Amino acid sequence: MMMNMVTALNSALAIEMENDDSIAILGEDVGAVGGVFRVTEGLQERFGTDRVIDTPLSESLIAGMATGMAMAGMRPIAEMQFMGFSYPALNIIISHIARMRNRSRGSYTVPLVIRMPYGAGIKALEHHSESTESIYAQIPGLKVVIPSSPREAKGLLISSIRDPDPVIFLEPARNYRLFSEEVEEDAFTISLGESKMVQEGDDITIVGWGAMMPIIQEATHSVEEIGISCEVIDLRTISPMDSEAVIKSVIKTGRVIIVQEAPMTCGVASELIARISNKAFLSLEAPPERVTAPDITVPLPKGEKYYYINMEKIRDSIEKVISF
Amino acid sequence: MLLDDYNPLSGRMLTILDQDANLNEILMPQLDSAVVEKAFRTMVLSRVADDKAVILQRQGRMGTYPPNKGQEAASLGPAMTMGDRDWFVWGFRELAGLLWRGLPLEQYYLGWMGNEYGNHYDPDLRITPTSIPVASQYTYAVGLAYASRYQKENTVIFAFTGDGGTSEGDFHESLNAAGVFNLPIVFIVQNNQWAISLPRSEQTASDTIAQKAIAYGIRGIQVDGNDILAMYAASEEAAEVARNGGGPTLIEAYTYRLGNHTTSDDARRYRVEEEAKEWEARDPLNRMLKYVRSREILSEKKIESVWEWAKTLVEEAAHKAETTPPPSLDDVFRHTYESMTSNLKEQFDDMKKREESQ
Ligand SMILES: Cc1ncc(C[n+]2csc(CCOP(=O)(O)OP(=O)(O)O)c2C)c(N)n1
Ligand SMILES: [Mg+2]
Repeated sequence: MMMNMVTALNSALAIEMENDDSIAILGEDVGAVGGVFRVTEGLQERFGTDRVIDTPLSESLIAGMATGMAMAGMRPIAEMQFMGFSYPALNIIISHIARMRNRSRGSYTVPLVIRMPYGAGIKALEHHSESTESIYAQIPGLKVVIPSSPREAKGLLISSIRDPDPVIFLEPARNYRLFSEEVEEDAFTISLGESKMVQEGDDITIVGWGAMMPIIQEATHSVEEIGISCEVIDLRTISPMDSEAVIKSVIKTGRVIIVQEAPMTCGVASELIARISNKAFLSLEAPPERVTAPDITVPLPKGEKYYYINMEKIRDSIEKVISF
Repeated sequence: MLLDDYNPLSGRMLTILDQDANLNEILMPQLDSAVVEKAFRTMVLSRVADDKAVILQRQGRMGTYPPNKGQEAASLGPAMTMGDRDWFVWGFRELAGLLWRGLPLEQYYLGWMGNEYGNHYDPDLRITPTSIPVASQYTYAVGLAYASRYQKENTVIFAFTGDGGTSEGDFHESLNAAGVFNLPIVFIVQNNQWAISLPRSEQTASDTIAQKAIAYGIRGIQVDGNDILAMYAASEEAAEVARNGGGPTLIEAYTYRLGNHTTSDDARRYRVEEEAKEWEARDPLNRMLKYVRSREILSEKKIESVWEWAKTLVEEAAHKAETTPPPSLDDVFRHTYESMTSNLKEQFDDMKKREESQ
């Protein structure tokens, strides 16, 4: 069935809720209106107000309430309306969700999912364009998942819901309705922590995730015309990070570019390059490159062009690394 | 109903056993003498264990420790009203209640000595781990209560914080949501008049903490927190209301921190010693002792033996905790995720190799 990312996510939620009545959704405006992006549309009608809970406007409470529900044996799926509004919940996420298992040496666990739309490129107000995934990726005890397409979104969300550990599930808002693709109607899973080989190639490895994937593919198609063969990897999960697959690829191609929507410093790309340098040092034929946003606050839409990565930036970087 | 008669607008604080051990016979809860005896023993055990913890810390055998002295009744009263499947959500100063609930003292010590196994509770105890970020535990208390109702468990959640905790956003978010969802929670604020060096008067401009309940549309009551009978009676009623679908209650336990904030603190730097002296006259343990004597619940000889009993238990628990082996490399890695991620496994193997080669 053809689905866009919103309908694919909705389908994953509905299937899982149908199969497991310990699952409940909670968040701001997730009920009657189905969330501001309509990801939970129709679910309250179908599963009731007990299982699709409109909470007060209270992010810390949403995260904490989900924590308690999970400790009591439920499988909560919390929604933060936007990543930029998840920060009031950071204390609960870092101080309790991520470490309850370790703190209690396994007496209590917190199997939950916190979904949030992230990323720029949607011409939004301030705080609606954040990509601060590396904050979450640095916290031991959390898993951080970022799908790039409708099918990936469905399979990864189902895996995240079934995972025994807390998962931060970041949905690229820009890709919500960008394109549709064929997605299985039934449940299927995509393992967390496994990257996806999007395209095999010989000359250079390009790694990305989430909203960057379609842009990367535009760039790699355009350099194919000038004879550059790119290997493209979608990381899919940034914690745990499938650096093994990337390293294997870099050993083959000798060249690598990481494309990251977020600002440069201390990002996921930095970590990946550290691992590549450590494990594939002698295979490198050029310094690893990063295409990232500059270390500035996300500009409002009128200034977004200075921030947002486009295919030209990636293409230029490919040419630079190839001609090193 | 006490919760009506002593509602926050009444301007009254519930006391049943006053500081001179005068008893309000009308309001007195019905308690078997066996239960009173157990409560007395628990309070003594808590006091002796607490004093011991402070000594152990001075001797370098315990980590930073927050003394409970003077606040025993405030957590014990509510604990006594809890059902087996109810949840005890604590912060960090609720020793007497935890002991009543059945937390092994050696495990409590182990935690403050700096070992996560101190939090490895038997899940059947339904005690959540220590929560150090002040008032944050109130948010998951709401989730436990939601799950309780959803799972038709008919349990009540007892959640503790301090007067300082009432200034945190999480306090507001949790009471607000508990009110909206009409959840079975008893929120207990141990108002011990201080949050480290900040006095209660500078924590909030509210006359009482109990009155904050009004704004959330829930019940509230200010209780003499050093009066075990009043704490019991108020909690019992609040729990019953909650269990019958009547929603949450905020109980302000009006008490006093007789000791330092923690063993790293020196209260003389910010409060006059006369204040603590005054409160010593209202000590919950002395008050209970007077009650036990006046009701002849225990003979003098028996009373004396309770202290001996407590000392023996405390020594045993301290010994057990001190002789518990420190965590292994495996322990500190293994509980980060259900199973180690590949990257974590690599780091673990690396350290394991180093450890084995040393
Ligand atoms: C969120 C947070 N901020 C600061 C601290 C440091 N701290 C520990 S206890 C405390 C005071 C708490 O006062 P209160 O809630 O009245 O509890 P009490 O210590 O009196 O039992 C502070 C500031 C903390 N643990 N958590
Ligand atoms: Mg206090």
